[in-house]
Amino acid sequence: MKKVELLNVSKTYDKKTEVISNINVTIEPGEFFVLVGPSGCGKSTMLRMIAGLEDITGGILRIGEKEANHLPPSKRDISMVFQNYALYPHLTVMENIVFGLHVKKIPKLERKTRCNDVAAMLGLSEYLNRKPRELSGGQRQRVALARAIVNEAPICLMDEPLSNLDAKLRAHMRSEIRQIQRRLGITMIYVTHDQVEAMTMGDRIMILHDGKIQQIGKPIDIYNHPANPFVATFIGSPPMNIAEGVMNEMQSEILIADICKIKIPDEDSRLLQTKQVLVGIRPEHIKAASKETSHESRMVVEAINVEILGNETIFSFKVGGHEWMAKWNGQWRLQVGDRIPIQMKYESICLFDRKTNERIKAPTDIENFILDKEVFL
Amino acid sequence: MKESSVSLLAKSSIWKKSLNARTALLYLFPSILLFSVFVFYPMFRTIYLSFFLTDQHGSAALFVGLENYTYLLESQAFRNSIKATILFVLYTVPAGVILALFLALIANEKLRGIGFFRTIYSSTMGISVAASSVVWLFLFHPSVGMFNRFLSLMNLPEVQWLLDPDWALLSVSISTIWLNTGFSFLILLGGLQNIDGYLYESAKIDGAGYWYQLRRITIPMLSPTLFFIITISLINAFQSFGQIDILTKGGPSQATNLIVYSIYREAFVNYQFGTASAQAVFLFLCILIVTILQFKFGERKVHYQ
Amino acid sequence: MSFPKKIVFYFLLLFSAFLLFFPVMYAFMISFMTGGEIMQGKFFPQTFTFDNYFRVFERLPLMKYLINSFVVSAGVMIGQLIVCSMAAYAFVFISFKGRDFIFFLFISTMMIPWEATMIPNFFTIQKLDWTNTYQGLTVPFFALAFGTFLLRQHFKTIPKELFEASQIAGLSRFAFFWRVILPVSKTSLVTLGAYGFLTTWNMYLWPLLVTNNDQVRTVQIGLKQLQSQEVATEWGVVMAGVIVVIIPTLLLLFIGQKQLQKGLTQGALK
Repeated sequence: MKKVELLNVSKTYDKKTEVISNINVTIEPGEFFVLVGPSGCGKSTMLRMIAGLEDITGGILRIGEKEANHLPPSKRDISMVFQNYALYPHLTVMENIVFGLHVKKIPKLERKTRCNDVAAMLGLSEYLNRKPRELSGGQRQRVALARAIVNEAPICLMDEPLSNLDAKLRAHMRSEIRQIQRRLGITMIYVTHDQVEAMTMGDRIMILHDGKIQQIGKPIDIYNHPANPFVATFIGSPPMNIAEGVMNEMQSEILIADICKIKIPDEDSRLLQTKQVLVGIRPEHIKAASKETSHESRMVVEAINVEILGNETIFSFKVGGHEWMAKWNGQWRLQVGDRIPIQMKYESICLFDRKTNERIKAPTDIENFILDKEVFL
Repeated sequence: MKESSVSLLAKSSIWKKSLNARTALLYLFPSILLFSVFVFYPMFRTIYLSFFLTDQHGSAALFVGLENYTYLLESQAFRNSIKATILFVLYTVPAGVILALFLALIANEKLRGIGFFRTIYSSTMGISVAASSVVWLFLFHPSVGMFNRFLSLMNLPEVQWLLDPDWALLSVSISTIWLNTGFSFLILLGGLQNIDGYLYESAKIDGAGYWYQLRRITIPMLSPTLFFIITISLINAFQSFGQIDILTKGGPSQATNLIVYSIYREAFVNYQFGTASAQAVFLFLCILIVTILQFKFGERKVHYQ
Repeated sequence: MSFPKKIVFYFLLLFSAFLLFFPVMYAFMISFMTGGEIMQGKFFPQTFTFDNYFRVFERLPLMKYLINSFVVSAGVMIGQLIVCSMAAYAFVFISFKGRDFIFFLFISTMMIPWEATMIPNFFTIQKLDWTNTYQGLTVPFFALAFGTFLLRQHFKTIPKELFEASQIAGLSRFAFFWRVILPVSKTSLVTLGAYGFLTTWNMYLWPLLVTNNDQVRTVQIGLKQLQSQEVATEWGVVMAGVIVVIIPTLLLLFIGQKQLQKGLTQGALK
């Protein structure tokens, strides 16, 4: 199992504008590392640079301890799964799986046993003599997976491997890929635009935007401590609600979009120095206001859309110029046009400096604990 | 130390880039070599020869400048040949395309046994110009030929199809149209089948009839294919040779002396390679104009799907 | 479709099919007729005897011509497939400086009619001492811009990930071409092959120029010989020759009609 190290890696096509700049990251051996970002953010380009399918125009790529900038793809100890699977249409499933082994001149007997092992692992044993076009989407995906792991390469690269599958199958394959990676202990670099995949699969994830790293970290850390408004709105579904806020030093409170005020406790008074802020709050942290709720932090909003999903209810409303969403557990009989009293707690909000986009406060009341068989909410 | 590694890197990347170009050239080499020897070189050689009088072996003997061209332009025979070629194009291209279009339209209906008709209609594509000309030579035969038998059956005067200067070019054109129908039909049918069926379904929901659909959907959607087939037919017409050689040998009284036949006669019968080359240059210009028109107008009309 | 409309279409279809196929049908009938029957202007022969066919093989070295035609057509077909597929591969899977320029060169060859260059080509063949040889009849046609475009169009539909996957597997460029691209493009190769065979089999002017004895002469020139020898009297023999010559290509066309139609439309229009 090998580590992959990127030092100041950058990429430019026209020698003027960089599509990827200043990437510094070390992917640890055996880690499941997810590259996530909106389309066009450069995540696929970065993966293809690691694979050797694109030239690296600046910086150093190390695979294991070796500098790999100029190694051909086949010498990088990698395997790769493509979005469209890239199965050879004229070869059978078995021939597809052993294709790379054949090229590497591995003896026939060993090819066969390795192919059978992998096929058994992925439930492909019955299909070994079929052509790719005779398989369903999910089966093709498995063949692509089998082809990647049969090589026993220490590093596996995946470029949006699940995006051509339907939602149900995708959820299933997520956990299957994760289990295989754990079992084989390979280093996985996984590209996706789907933040759910990133959250559920990655040991660590890297969020890319406009070719720059936005944040690297464990999924839940990123969820709880987003580095900037982009990350805050990209991770999480529905996304974090954002609105402009202005600090009032005299009253020591924040005025959110001119309609709602939240008191800032004395211990956080340093926050008041940043005048212009962005206020963020996750939909699940917007709670219904009860009788006990103080008058100031109470807010009555008009629902402009309601989605009742059975186990949860999501409704949206306007705050300033933004459409916000709130997510409540259980079923709530709400109608469009209803006026709903809600509350926002100081502990739940997230604050960003409007000038630098840096986070100055993260929510604090988010974790639930189990201590001595008692649930603490 | 650092600089040297940078220059090494630059060198290796240049090496790598040129590797691509060199590999590509390796794959392209056979084509480039053959094109050079059999297309580009002879084209320039033809232009070069057109300024010379030549000996029997086709070598340039005496530089005469544009004299070959002025000679041609004044020559009654060449003017005649141009006239015949233009008439031939006018006879064959519109009629041929319309016939093929008609066949493609009726063969595009979803009817039982349509495959049989499609095969029949495309069959002339598999027939060589020599074979077809021999068959038509018989059909046009003054005494035993089908056409004159038919005319006499109808009590009409017989026609000297290939021997009468007024009829010969028309007769050759008829056989040419027949010969080219198969190819044009096949291409047009392919074009028709590429039109999205949903267009017709939505037109049917709107209540459009057959002719309305033909005018508003089929013909516009087929326009790139039509344009392509018109161009190919034009070029084919300019290049016709075999039917002339077998049916009329350019006669009677040069009425069917089409340009390629004229070049052939001038070069390989009269050994006048200089003037033959000048005619070849003329042929080249004609086809160049047609192709340029195709690129200029055709590209714009292509509906990519 | 309504019943009366169907009747109209079937009538048009049948009528057109009759008109179009009449010359071939008639030639077929004549090929079984005696001289007398032909003079009487009959359409059906009294008996289907193969006399004319035996005679045409006596009159001409037709078997030799057929073999020659077959060798030349197959030769051009194979040559075109190799040369064109290599060029198309370079255009699609290798990016290099000057690709557009070379592509333009290929396009420009389509504007140069073969007939405009035949005089120098004739002398080239003479200088190479290739008159009356198979290579003189085949090699000039190996490179074909149309064929290159047709294959290029098909190669372009092959996902580039296939190339990348093979790179990761460590396949060389040529191995990728040979083991992946060619097998995957079988249908296009068949189309181009059939087209090349058909056009070469039917070629007339070039064999006329570069052959002057029976050595490598093709059937098309044989037909010309037959027709000029057998003036008026023995049309049955001539038509037997015609039928023998068109049967291979007609068969090829009947088998591959659908494929050819699809392939040619794609190559021509996209």
